Amino acid sequence: MNRIDQRFSELKQQGRKALIPYITAGDPAPQYTVGFMHALVDAGADVIELGVPFSDPMADGPVIQKACERALKQGTRLVDLLEMVAEFRQTDTTTPIVLMGYLNPIERIGYEVFADKAASVGVDGVLVVDMPPEEADEFGPLLKARGLAAIFLVAPTTSHARAATICAHGEGYLYYVSLKGVTGAATLNAEDVAEHLAPLRDMTDLPLCVGFGIRDGVTAAEVAKVADGVIVGSALVNRIADSVDAPETIAGQLKSVLAEMRTAMDA
Amino acid sequence: MTVSATETKFSDLTRMPDARGHFGPYGGRFVSETLSFALEELEQIYLSLRDDPDFQAEFDRDLAHYVGRPSPLYHAKRWSESLGGAQIWLKREDLNHTGAHKVNNTIGQALLAKKTGKPRVIAETGAGQHGVATATVAARLGLECDVYMGAADVQRQKLNVYRMRLLGARVIPVESGTRTLKDAMNEALRDWVTNVDNTFYIIGTVAGPHPYPQLVRDFNAVVGREARRQSLEQIGRLPDALVACVGGGSNALGLFYPFVEDDAVAMYGVEAGGDGVETGRHAAPLSSNAPRGVLHGNRTYLMSDEAGQVSDTHSISAGLDYPGVGPEHALWKDVGRVNYVAANDKEVLEAFRELTHMEGIMPALESAHALAHAKVLAPTMRPDQHIVVNLSGRGDKDIMTVAKIDGIEF
Repeated sequence: MNRIDQRFSELKQQGRKALIPYITAGDPAPQYTVGFMHALVDAGADVIELGVPFSDPMADGPVIQKACERALKQGTRLVDLLEMVAEFRQTDTTTPIVLMGYLNPIERIGYEVFADKAASVGVDGVLVVDMPPEEADEFGPLLKARGLAAIFLVAPTTSHARAATICAHGEGYLYYVSLKGVTGAATLNAEDVAEHLAPLRDMTDLPLCVGFGIRDGVTAAEVAKVADGVIVGSALVNRIADSVDAPETIAGQLKSVLAEMRTAMDA
Repeated sequence: MTVSATETKFSDLTRMPDARGHFGPYGGRFVSETLSFALEELEQIYLSLRDDPDFQAEFDRDLAHYVGRPSPLYHAKRWSESLGGAQIWLKREDLNHTGAHKVNNTIGQALLAKKTGKPRVIAETGAGQHGVATATVAARLGLECDVYMGAADVQRQKLNVYRMRLLGARVIPVESGTRTLKDAMNEALRDWVTNVDNTFYIIGTVAGPHPYPQLVRDFNAVVGREARRQSLEQIGRLPDALVACVGGGSNALGLFYPFVEDDAVAMYGVEAGGDGVETGRHAAPLSSNAPRGVLHGNRTYLMSDEAGQVSDTHSISAGLDYPGVGPEHALWKDVGRVNYVAANDKEVLEAFRELTHMEGIMPALESAHALAHAKVLAPTMRPDQHIVVNLSGRGDKDIMTVAKIDGIEF
C-alpha cells in the first residue's frame, strides 16, 4: 500500500483529519530542507508537500514566488530535491511525501527517468500544477506503474463533468483549491468550501484536502470540520521569508505554526 | 505526445490543431485547474462563432472601417535594386490603426469578450503594441482594461506606456523574474485566475493554452489572405518566398497560414538573434534548437537550462524578447515547412536604417528582423523572383531606443 493511502486509512480509523504542510525545497538554502521536513513531522504533519522551485510559478502568489527565487538562487534543482527525499527517508520511512510543482523541470529530466528516480528515493505522490488530467496521458500511467499517486487539483470553477474526469484519474487525495486566485491570497470561506466538497463526495472515495487561504489554527480547524485534510503553504513560507537572516530559528517557528494548527484541528 | 511531427504532411497543417489543441507533439492546455473552465468556455464561444456569417461580417467590417484594411502590398523598388536580386514587397501592417498587426487579433478577441459579457479585459505586452491595441479596443467598447508589462519593457517603451494610459488603460509594471514579456504573461495569468468571473484575457500571440494559438492565428490570417490575393493581382503570381519575424509568432503565422499548402512558396521565420545565437544571449528558441518544454499553457521549443528553469533572453526588440514560441511554429519547424533563422541586433539596426533611408518607411525593430533576413535572401535570388516581407509594425515606438544607441538624448 502506498504511504499516502496508508496514512489516510489510519487517520480515518482515529477519526482525525490530515495536516499537510507545504514548503519550497531549497528555501532559504538546500541544506535546511530535510531538517525542516523532520520538524514538520514532529509538529504533527501527516503528509509533506515538497515544492519544486520553478522560475515561472504562474499559479503562485508573491510569497511562494519569492521562495522559488531564493531556492533557485541557491542552485536547487529537481535532482537535488530527490536527494533530499532520500536523506529524509533514512530516518523517516512512514511520512508520505508529495512533490508539487510545474511540469517543465520534469519534462526536462524526462517523464520515465523522473518517475524511476522519484519511486526509488521514496516519493509517494506527484502534483503537477500545470498538468490537468487531459494532458497526463503519458505521465499518469508512468507514475501509476511505479506506485506513485498522481494528485490533481479541483477548483471552485471546475464543472461537474470535469470533476468526474478528475476523480476518475486522481489518486492519493484530491486537492481542492479553496478560492479563485493564487497561493497566499485572501482567507477562504469554509461554508463555501463545504458546498463545493459535497458533490465531490458522491463522485469519489478519495480523501478531499483543501488548500489556499489557510493561515492559522482557526481557519485550519474550520476547514478540518468539512474536509479530510488541510493544506498549509504560504503561512509557513512566510516564516521562512521573515527569517532568512537567522535560518537556525526557522525550524522552531515552522513547528510552532503547525503545532497551533494541529491542536486546533484535534480539539 | 501521441502524434509524431515527422508523420505530418504539409496538407495536414491546415487541419491543426486537433480537438484538444495539440499541434502534433506541441500546444495543449497546460494550466492550473481554475482556468480550465474559462478556456473551455472560450473554446465553445469561438467554435460556435468562427463559422457564423454575422460574426465574420462584423469582424470584417471592423477591420475595414476601424483598422483600415486591406493594408497595401508595397513594392520596395529602390531597396530591391540596391540589394541586386529578388523584388521585395512589403505587407504594410504598419499602416493599420495603432501601427501593427496586433490590432487584427484584439478586434477579434474583443468581439468574443463582448459575447461573454465580461466587463474587464487584461493583456500582457512586450513592446507595448499588443497593449496599445488592447487598450484601443477596450476604449472603443467601454471595457475596463489592465495591461501587464515587464518593468524593463516599461523603461524601454515609454511612449507606448503613455499611449496606453491616454487610452484609459492601467499599465501594471511587473517586477518579478526577468521583468520582460514572459513575466508579464505570468502576472496576467495570475490576475486571470483570480478574476476569471469578470475578466477576459486577450492574449497577444499564438502561444498560451488552447484555444489561444488557434484563434490568434485565425484572426491574423487576414494578413496572409490579403497578401495572397494582392500578389496574384500585383505580381501576377504567388511570391517565391515569405519572410516574417517570430517572437511568439503571430504576424508570421498570420502571413504564412494561407500559403501553407502552396509548396512552391518558401517561408522564413526570423527570430531575435540578440548578440548572436552563438553567444547564448538571444531569444531564438527555434533556430538555436532549444529543447522542448512547457510554459504558459503549451508545449513548444523553450529556452531553458538543464534543470528546466526558463532562461533569460536578450533582444534589442522588446516584442521578440520571449523564451518560447507558438506551438504551431514548433510543428512547422519539425516538418520542414518553414525555415527558422535568426537576425542579430546589429543586422537589425542596419536593416532599420536602410529601409528608413531608401524607402522612407521606418519599421518597428521587430519587423526589422524580417527585413534583415530579406537583405540576406534577396541577393541570392533572381530579379524576376519575389519576396513578400511582413512589415508587421511601424518604428515610431522605437525612436528612443535607436536614439540612445546613437548617443542622442531628448
